Amino acid sequence: MSGHPATLSQKVWNAHVVHEEPGDTNLKYPSLIYVDLHLVHEVTSPQAFQGLRERGLRVRRPDLTIATTDHSIPTSDRSLPILDPIAANQVAQLDKNCREFGIRHYGVHSSHQGIVHVIGPELGLTQPGMTVVCGDSHTATHGAVGALAFGIGTSEVENVLATQCLLLRPSKTFRVHVNGALKPGVSAKDIILALIARIGIGGGTGTVLEYTGPAISALDMEGRMTVCNMSIEGGARAGMIAPDDTTFQYLNGRQYAPKGADWDAAVARWRKLPTDEGARFDREVSIDGDTLEPMITWGTNPGMGVSINEAVPEPSSVSDPLERDALAKALIYMGLEGGKPLAGHAVNVVFIGSCTNSRISDLRSAASVLKGRKVSPNVRVMVVPGSMEVKRQAEAEGLPEIFRAAGCDWREPGCSMCIAMNGDQLQPGQYSVSTSNRNFEGRQGKGGRTFLASPLTAAASAITGVVTDVRSIL
Amino acid sequence: MKPFLPFESRLVPMPNNNIDTDQIIPARFLKTTSKEGLDKQLFCDWRYDAEGNPKPDFILNTPRGRNAEILLAGDNFGCGSSREHAPWALTQFGFRAVISTSFADIFKGNSLKNSLLPIVVSHEIHSRLFALPEDAKIKVDLASQTISLPDGERVEFPVDPFSKTCLLEGIDELGWILKQAPAIAAFEAGRVGSIDTLG
Repeated sequence: MSGHPATLSQKVWNAHVVHEEPGDTNLKYPSLIYVDLHLVHEVTSPQAFQGLRERGLRVRRPDLTIATTDHSIPTSDRSLPILDPIAANQVAQLDKNCREFGIRHYGVHSSHQGIVHVIGPELGLTQPGMTVVCGDSHTATHGAVGALAFGIGTSEVENVLATQCLLLRPSKTFRVHVNGALKPGVSAKDIILALIARIGIGGGTGTVLEYTGPAISALDMEGRMTVCNMSIEGGARAGMIAPDDTTFQYLNGRQYAPKGADWDAAVARWRKLPTDEGARFDREVSIDGDTLEPMITWGTNPGMGVSINEAVPEPSSVSDPLERDALAKALIYMGLEGGKPLAGHAVNVVFIGSCTNSRISDLRSAASVLKGRKVSPNVRVMVVPGSMEVKRQAEAEGLPEIFRAAGCDWREPGCSMCIAMNGDQLQPGQYSVSTSNRNFEGRQGKGGRTFLASPLTAAASAITGVVTDVRSIL
Repeated sequence: MKPFLPFESRLVPMPNNNIDTDQIIPARFLKTTSKEGLDKQLFCDWRYDAEGNPKPDFILNTPRGRNAEILLAGDNFGCGSSREHAPWALTQFGFRAVISTSFADIFKGNSLKNSLLPIVVSHEIHSRLFALPEDAKIKVDLASQTISLPDGERVEFPVDPFSKTCLLEGIDELGWILKQAPAIAAFEAGRVGSIDTLG
């Protein structure tokens, strides 16, 4: 279909079709799509490797497969053994599987270890125009470089290990246009929280989002990753941003990025990826970047968000009975009353980390607020860098000293309290302001209550001990 | 995979919208390296109190929640993570179908690969199903893509035609992809390099 205007996601899709059944006019068969990069971690892969063993299969392209350990590992001293025997077994299992099947593994003691969605772009593994998959829904992160990147289940992990391919149906296209320029104190996290509050957590189901507009172009790569990361929280399979000079500058010189003449050829190819003029999207929304405020969630899904000084909704304001009931249930779980803003609500824990907001720019932004200040004595503050590389860079810039002087706990890289598998967790009833991506019931620990926000809002709230509009203390 | 045959069952109603995968199976149970034994952890934090005792009013702890094969859930069931542990836990508990007005994409795909049928119905049918008496039974027939209500009304539901064939005939998807090896090899021959050089 060359010559026909296509979107970014359609171009990447079209370049990866391995096979379509001939004469399949009724579209009975899905397309067989090639995967350029398969990222693997300890939680969703053991059953897939076991499946390969049972079938007597090898990994077809170990050279296109990279593993790291991130979900189950402690963020405390790495020279100590993992105390949880079940976690220790899972971590050991990934080591063993990678050795047996010949896969590169940036394991617990590797200098490249980190959250899988942090190390992919950081190492230059994820590149424009690629198809990238991982057994993790936040794989959408890698769409920030213009890759078609999405989460898959363990059966599909097994399929990709064995064949480097997936059977897929194309998604619908959904353009999110963000106009204007963000005000000081407003960041990428606020864009994506505002979008999800608007379309709802099922609003993007069946679609690939493409983020466009001046407020997106103005974001640095790490901000773009934050936006794409939470596409899944709006129900979308993936989120993408067209590669541009910001992308190329970010990738140039990274370990796995092309070099020399290969680099020039790659950039020439990547420049053809942006959506063609005249290409049609199945759906479009616009967001006004000029009027965006810092966002925060009050409820038990990422769509339950408001701007920081806006009142939490009251059940009586909702006409649909199921929605009213859901709102009332969320308020009960969160121990909140509707009708009042969250600003001023006491918090017990502040978590700065996760595949959404643990990159160097996120840490710099939190440190800019915390520098020379003390966190509230009532708040435990955890700062968890996304990777060993982020940790080294932060150390080079003196950020751990700023965090420690303020009274924060500076940790080792991993998913940590975002998913609370590793012992980093809230106690029942505790409130956190978290820079992570999910506020589902119990997500950060059984009975824990999560307010999702940006690193700036998290740092400001750490200082005051209550939910705080960062602009009030700048 | 065993062929997916027609069946009849009572409904287990769970009217909450947006039931996420962290509720279906909390993340702390994902440290396992096995697919087995997950039925005990299904809806764990809704099902058990802090001491691990069953909460008497949670539906799976009532007679209505036992020996039934269809979960009737609110909108956007299965949102959140890609964990296939969610359909593993549901099927090990005994569910063979979930009825909702919509499903999250990854959950739906994972379910179809594990003989758990996601059935999408209209809001009108959804409300009627919730209003049925406790002992009412629904027939599920994948071949005709219909559910039959107790009054005999048949309601069609959509299903991906390839997934349908795989379920009905017990076809293994990986086996099917492996047969495309020549096409995969041809595709690879047209490109060079590995992640060290691929651009």
